[in-house]
Amino acid sequence: MLLTELARGHSARVVAIRAERSVSTRLMELGLLPGGTVRLVRVAPLGDPLVIAVRGAELSVRASEARHIEIERIAP
Amino acid sequence: MSTASTGARAPVVLLAGNPNAGKTTLFNALTGARARTGNYPGVTVERRVGRWPLATSSVELVDLPGSYSLTTRSREEAVAIEAILPEASASAPSAVVVVADSSTLERHLYFAVQILEVGLPTVLALNLADEAEAGGVRIDTAALSAKLGCPVVSVSARAGTGLVALGEALATTLLATTLLATTLEGPELKGAAVPAPITLELGADTEACVASVAAVIDPDGKRTPSHRRTLAMLALLSTPEHDEDLVVRPAVRAAVEEARRQRPAIEHEIIGARYTLVDSLLDGVVTRAARKGPSMTERLDGALTHPVLGLLAFFVVMTGLFQALFAWSEPLVSFVEDAVAGLQDLTRAILPEGALANLLVEGVIAGAGNVVVFVPQIAILSLFLIVLEDTGYLARVALVIDRLMGSVGLHGRAFVPLLSGFACAVPAVIATRTIENRRDRLLTMLALPLMSCSARLPVYILVVAVAFPADGSWLGLSTGAIALLSMYTLSVVTTLSAAAIMRRTVLKGPRPTMILELPPYRLPVLRNLLRATWDRTWQFLVNAGTVIVAITIVLWALLNMPGSPEAVAEHDVAVAEAEGQLVGEALDARIFELDSQLAETEMERSIGGTIGRWMEPVIAPLGFDWKIGVGLLASFAAREVLVSTLGIVYGVGDEADEASEPLRDRLRSARRPDGTPVFTPLVGVSLMVFFVLAAQCMSTLAVVRRESGSWKWALFMLTYMNTLAYVASLAVYQGGLLLGLG
Repeated sequence: MLLTELARGHSARVVAIRAERSVSTRLMELGLLPGGTVRLVRVAPLGDPLVIAVRGAELSVRASEARHIEIERIAP
Repeated sequence: MSTASTGARAPVVLLAGNPNAGKTTLFNALTGARARTGNYPGVTVERRVGRWPLATSSVELVDLPGSYSLTTRSREEAVAIEAILPEASASAPSAVVVVADSSTLERHLYFAVQILEVGLPTVLALNLADEAEAGGVRIDTAALSAKLGCPVVSVSARAGTGLVALGEALATTLLATTLLATTLEGPELKGAAVPAPITLELGADTEACVASVAAVIDPDGKRTPSHRRTLAMLALLSTPEHDEDLVVRPAVRAAVEEARRQRPAIEHEIIGARYTLVDSLLDGVVTRAARKGPSMTERLDGALTHPVLGLLAFFVVMTGLFQALFAWSEPLVSFVEDAVAGLQDLTRAILPEGALANLLVEGVIAGAGNVVVFVPQIAILSLFLIVLEDTGYLARVALVIDRLMGSVGLHGRAFVPLLSGFACAVPAVIATRTIENRRDRLLTMLALPLMSCSARLPVYILVVAVAFPADGSWLGLSTGAIALLSMYTLSVVTTLSAAAIMRRTVLKGPRPTMILELPPYRLPVLRNLLRATWDRTWQFLVNAGTVIVAITIVLWALLNMPGSPEAVAEHDVAVAEAEGQLVGEALDARIFELDSQLAETEMERSIGGTIGRWMEPVIAPLGFDWKIGVGLLASFAAREVLVSTLGIVYGVGDEADEASEPLRDRLRSARRPDGTPVFTPLVGVSLMVFFVLAAQCMSTLAVVRRESGSWKWALFMLTYMNTLAYVASLAVYQGGLLLGLG
C-alpha cells in the first residue's frame, strides 16, 4: 500500500522508501525510516501536498514523493 | 594554567540546531545588541556573530544556519560542517551549543547526536521548555546528561529562563577542555584531547564500507581517525550532485559509489543506527502526559488549511499585506521625500550656485534619497514576512499554494515575494530569502520584476490619458480601464511564463524536494522581529544603497552635462525683459515658461539628449521618438521618472506629474517631423508594453546583485527583460501598423 492511499488520521508502518536518493535520505534523516511509524494528518486543499506526522513533528510531502513510500497498515 | 590569557581572542562557540527550535530567539537573548550580520564566504547565507557574556569571561557566539543534519546537498548546507570540522584545525571552534525543541526530542536529538559524534566540547540546550511543560512533557535532564556525557540544560529563550545555567554549563565545559589540553602533553595526544562521548555502532560490514571511504577522505592526513569516520559517514549520506558548486574529490566520489554498490541500504543502516541510539538515549528520560483533545496547533490548522476557510484566511492575510505595503508606507515615503527635498533646499541655500552644488543636490543627495525612500516598504514587508514565518503560518501558505506554483516550476514559498512585486520589486527580491534552495530563489528573483510594480502605474495613467480618446469605450468599459487591465494581465502571464522557461533552460535542474516542516503555531517574539527587520533594512542600505547612489550620479551627469551657457544667457536676458514688462501672476507665469524652456534646451543638449537622438533609429520601429528615448534613459533611476522627464523634455518643467494637464496637452499635441501625432493609441500600447517588460529600475538591479551574490545574474536579468521588451514592443507596433491600427 502506498502512503498516498492512507486514510486521514490513520497511522501506518513504513515498509520501504523507493524515492530518489536525495529524497529518501532526507526523509530518513527526518525520521521516516523503514520499520517506523507515520500518520497522515491531512491533505492540502488541492490534494497535494500531504501532511504527515513523523517522530512528533509534522512534515509536508508532495504527492509525487509520497507515492514512493510503501506502507502497511497497523492493526488498531 | 589560567583560562584567559591577556589579549587572546574570545573563544568561538557555535550555535547549532534544527530549524524551528527557537535558535534565533536564543541567539538574540544571549547576545542582545552585541551582534552583527555578515555572510559566509561564497554563499549568500547569513552569518550572525555576537558576544555572549559569561560570568567571568565572554565568548563569540556564531549562529549557524538551522539544519536537520550535517549531511550536505548544497553549498549552503556545507557551511555547517565546514564550521564544525574545518580543514585547518586551528580555526576549529572551542565548543558547540546544540539547541533542540524539548517537545520533539525524538527527532531533534538526531542532529545533536551527530554533533556529539564529532567530539567537540558540546552543551545541549533543551529550548522551548515552557512549551514542553505546557504540553505535559517532562525530561530528566540529569539522566540525559549522564547518558550523553555532556551538560544538558533546560531553557526557554522566549521567557528568559535557564540562560544563566546555560552560560555556566558552557563556562565549565570550556574550562575543562582548557585544563585537559594543558595537562596532556605531546603532539600525538592533542588531536584526541577530547574523546568523543558518542560513537555510533554499526554492523561489521557497514563499518568496513565506512572505513573504505574514511581511507580516502583525508589525503593530507590532517584529521584524527574519529573525524575521518565522521566525515566518511557524512559523505555516504550526502548527495552533492544537485549543486555544481559543491566539489567532491574524485577519489571520495568513487569510494562512496563503491560502498553504495556493495551495500545499497547503507544510508538506511547509518541513519537507522543513529535513531536507534536516539531512542535508547531517550528511554526512561522523557515522559509525556496523555494529551486531552487536539492541541491549539491542530485546531488552528483545521481552520487555516481547510479548503474554504483556509483560502479565505489566506486572502485576508494577503490583502492585509497589500494594504500595508501600499497604504501604510505612503505617509512614510512622503516623509522621506520631504526630508530629502528639505535637505536639498538647505544645501542650495548654503553653497554657491554652480556645478558642485548641482552635483551634491541632484546627484548625491538625490541618490541617497532614492535609497532611503525604499526603507519604509522594505521594513514593512520584512516585518510582515517575519511575522508570517515566526508564527508558522508561512509554511501553511507554502503548503496551500504549492500545487499552483509547482505547475510553473516555482516554489510554494515564492508566492508572497511574487505578490509583493505588485507593490515594489525591491523588497520582494529581498523577501525571496524565505526560499532556501538557491536555484528556486534565483528563479523567483529573476521573474518577479515582471510583476507590474506601483512605479509603473503613473506611466500607465499618463499614457492612457494622452494616447487614448477620453470618452472611448468598449463593451461598457472605458478604453483606459481595459488598457490597464491588459497590462496587469500581461505582466502576470509573462512572469509565470518567464519562470517556467528559465526553469527549463538557464536554471535547469531537478525540482528539489519541498519537504517542509510545519512547526507548531507560536507567538512571534518582538525582539526577533525588530532585530531581523533592522538587519534586512540595514543590509539593503549598505549594499544596494551604494550602487543606487552611484547610478543616480551617473544619470544626473548624463542628463545635465555639458550644460549650455548660451541658453542660460538667453534665458537670463529674457527674464530681465519680462521683469521690466510684467508683474504679479503674469510675471510668474512667464518666468515659469522661460525656466521650462531652459530646462528643455539644456536636456536636449546634454549627453543624455544626444544619446536619445542616437537611440532614435533603434527605437523608431517601436514607435518611439528621441524624446521618449531620453525618458527611457532617465527612468532607469526609477520608472516613474519617465513622467517628470517627459515634462522637462516637452518644456512644461520638472514638477509635472501624471495628472498634470499642461503635460498631457503638450504630449497630445506633440507632432513628428511629418506632422503625424507622436502619441497615437498604438504608440501608447507599445510604450506600455515596453514598460511592463523592461528592466528599468536600478534599485531592483542593485538588490538582485546583492541577493544573488554577483553581477552576472543582475546583468542577465537586464538583458533578458530588455530584449523581451524590445521584441514585444516591436511586434505590437509593427503588427499594429500592418493591421492598419496606426
